[in-house]
Amino acid sequence: MYKYDEIDQAIVNERVAQYRDQTRRYLAGELSDEEFRPLRLQNGLYIQRHAPMLRIAIPYGTLASYQLRKLAEITRRYDRGYGHFSTRQNLQLNWPRLEDTPDILAELATVQMHAIQTSGNCIRNITTDQFAGIAPDEIIDPRAVAEIMRQWSTFHPEFALLPRKFKIAVSGSQQDRALVQAHDIGLEFFYDADHKMAIKVWVGGGLGRTPILGTVINEQLEWQHVLTYCEAIIRVYNLHGRRDNSYKARIKILVKALGIDEFRRQVDAEWANLKDGPNTITEAELERVAHHFTRMPYDTLPAHDASFDAAIASNPAFAAWVKRCVHAHREPGYRAVTLSLKPYGVAPGDATTEQMQVVADLADRYSFNELRVSHEQNLILTDVRLSDLYALWETARAHGLATPNIGLLTDIICCPGGDFCSLANAKSIPIAEAIQRQFDNLDYLHDIGDLELNISGCMNACGHHHIGHIGILGVDKDGSEWYQVTIGGKQGSDASLGTVIGPAFSADEMPGVVQRLIDVYIAQRSDEERFIDTVRRIGVAPFKEYVYADKAGKKEAAHV
Amino acid sequence: MSNATPKQLIHGNQIVADQWTLVKLPVLGEEVVRKQAGKVVLFKLTGEPGASAEQIAATEIPASGKVIVPLSVWLARKAELQERLAKGELGVWLATHEVVEALAADQADLNVFPLIAVFVERFADGRIFSIGNLLRTRHAYKNELRAFGDVLRDQLFFLKRCGYDSYLIRADRSAEDALAGLQDFSEPYQGAVDLAEPVWRRRQRNGATA
Repeated sequence: MYKYDEIDQAIVNERVAQYRDQTRRYLAGELSDEEFRPLRLQNGLYIQRHAPMLRIAIPYGTLASYQLRKLAEITRRYDRGYGHFSTRQNLQLNWPRLEDTPDILAELATVQMHAIQTSGNCIRNITTDQFAGIAPDEIIDPRAVAEIMRQWSTFHPEFALLPRKFKIAVSGSQQDRALVQAHDIGLEFFYDADHKMAIKVWVGGGLGRTPILGTVINEQLEWQHVLTYCEAIIRVYNLHGRRDNSYKARIKILVKALGIDEFRRQVDAEWANLKDGPNTITEAELERVAHHFTRMPYDTLPAHDASFDAAIASNPAFAAWVKRCVHAHREPGYRAVTLSLKPYGVAPGDATTEQMQVVADLADRYSFNELRVSHEQNLILTDVRLSDLYALWETARAHGLATPNIGLLTDIICCPGGDFCSLANAKSIPIAEAIQRQFDNLDYLHDIGDLELNISGCMNACGHHHIGHIGILGVDKDGSEWYQVTIGGKQGSDASLGTVIGPAFSADEMPGVVQRLIDVYIAQRSDEERFIDTVRRIGVAPFKEYVYADKAGKKEAAHV
Repeated sequence: MSNATPKQLIHGNQIVADQWTLVKLPVLGEEVVRKQAGKVVLFKLTGEPGASAEQIAATEIPASGKVIVPLSVWLARKAELQERLAKGELGVWLATHEVVEALAADQADLNVFPLIAVFVERFADGRIFSIGNLLRTRHAYKNELRAFGDVLRDQLFFLKRCGYDSYLIRADRSAEDALAGLQDFSEPYQGAVDLAEPVWRRRQRNGATA
């Protein structure tokens, strides 16, 4: 993974000094709340319900074991012994003290980490596929360009105060796992006819209050121009995006207002002046950065391992875990492993100090000292030998990291919600827990099969509810918490936004509502059909009818 | 200008006396503040009104000394201002919702102006950065480029990188303190106006060693 040189290190060190002074001035009353707000936000610090929330950047979701140990130490020393991995591959602390945040950032700087631009109206952490570099369907490893873009976007002076936040995702695989269509800019890498690296550029996607999938603005951009082209896009946005209404300030609104053709025309006019300028990436710079992401020193292994096969045959619990949590790898004899942060009864994405230490140890022992964070809020060890899987599973299971539910209904994507977040309209964690309890029978869960259930506590959509096969959105009606349900959303190359099935439900109705959706699916599915396939085939109506059957009955009864 | 008030202008990395007089558009009759969702509308596509002909005509320009006039006044009263321009006494200011092209459209060489200033009403309005960049790079403007309005220490580094070299710090803040903001980072990553090249073109960078 990328290792800082003295230039990178100087920048994070100077940032710590700058932020320490900003915090000092704020606490001394020299900066108003309003003046400090964008400064702290650009360092990932929110003022929350109980305490500030600090969001730490994990660039494109990649962590070294020593960095995770530092995060573990920080959660113990400055927080309450746990942290929350977010849908943008970052780590959030729920209970730091404002006064301590400069020290936390100083600690992070010692392990080449920071919280720069994890919030605020600027270019945020760039995200990608958690299997980058090892996925069998990968065409191009996007991490080198992601790192070049991380550096370019860090304190980009022209784009420090955009109309609204700006999110970029990169993907280099056949099957998109980075949600490129749900980002302000999505970059999809491929090889052109001459086998040169090229990029399909999506713009104007985003979830939130107005969910829109992105539109292709450039079918084929040569990779050297990715920085100048993005500068052209963001300059048009910076100058013309709305600043009078924060709900209409994302680039997607500008793209819709102008239309993609006019927007593209303006971008091209800007780009004509920027193209081939100094920010054009050179072969040498790409090579320098790509050198940090070279192939791991794999052993030559047979494609099969007898001890692994024997363990699968004799141990159904291990076999169930392998089925859900172990993933294909491009190297023979290696696998990627997802450590589930979705055990029942715990907020999805939360990891304790001890769990972080265990995962760091596992990474050291089995996976070249590195790990990844997925946007589904789990942790990934990307390079594990087949012969090590059983031992890894035993340790992971002993620490609550081996729930065999990856990709299943209980692998819920969930924002912190009303328990922590001051933006939330409703709680999301208790809903996740109630649904997990409703579906705690593993055989049944496996029978239901692949299903993505996403929960957001408000329309800001941190839980990506629009692209869940089942999406749940917390809404506020007359001061009480209600939940609106969508079905038919999907991430990936064939992404879609879910359809609302009808009026919202109360919290205690939610497990039953999900149960009914599943009942319809089980009754209607054909062989091999996943939940999302059934929804796409038969439409929303049968689900809606069954879910609201009782409600209609009650209403009629009330009218009698 | 009174000697009692502290100097608020940073130019050339030091605090200096301001030799320019800012000319504002007069408020005629009742001031109409256009609001949307409780906020003043700054978005040009939602109908930020330009200056009215009456306002432009009624704008009083001091007869001598260096003056900075609104873009709209310059465009409408160019003829009468030529003499001042020739004497090096005329600068132009624009607000962040105004477009640079309006100034550049009929003035091929912006370097006839010894000073161009950009007014930022709220410090969080990042359009000021793109405007500075466009003036310096697209329109090759080389003379003093000033930010005024809600200009605060914590945005100075970005303003500098976007081509500003003159900062009129908000009256209730210390320009002395603000000076430090220009030095926040020693070696920024990306190419911008002040340093056109990204760091990997400016410096030899280490490859992977691990």
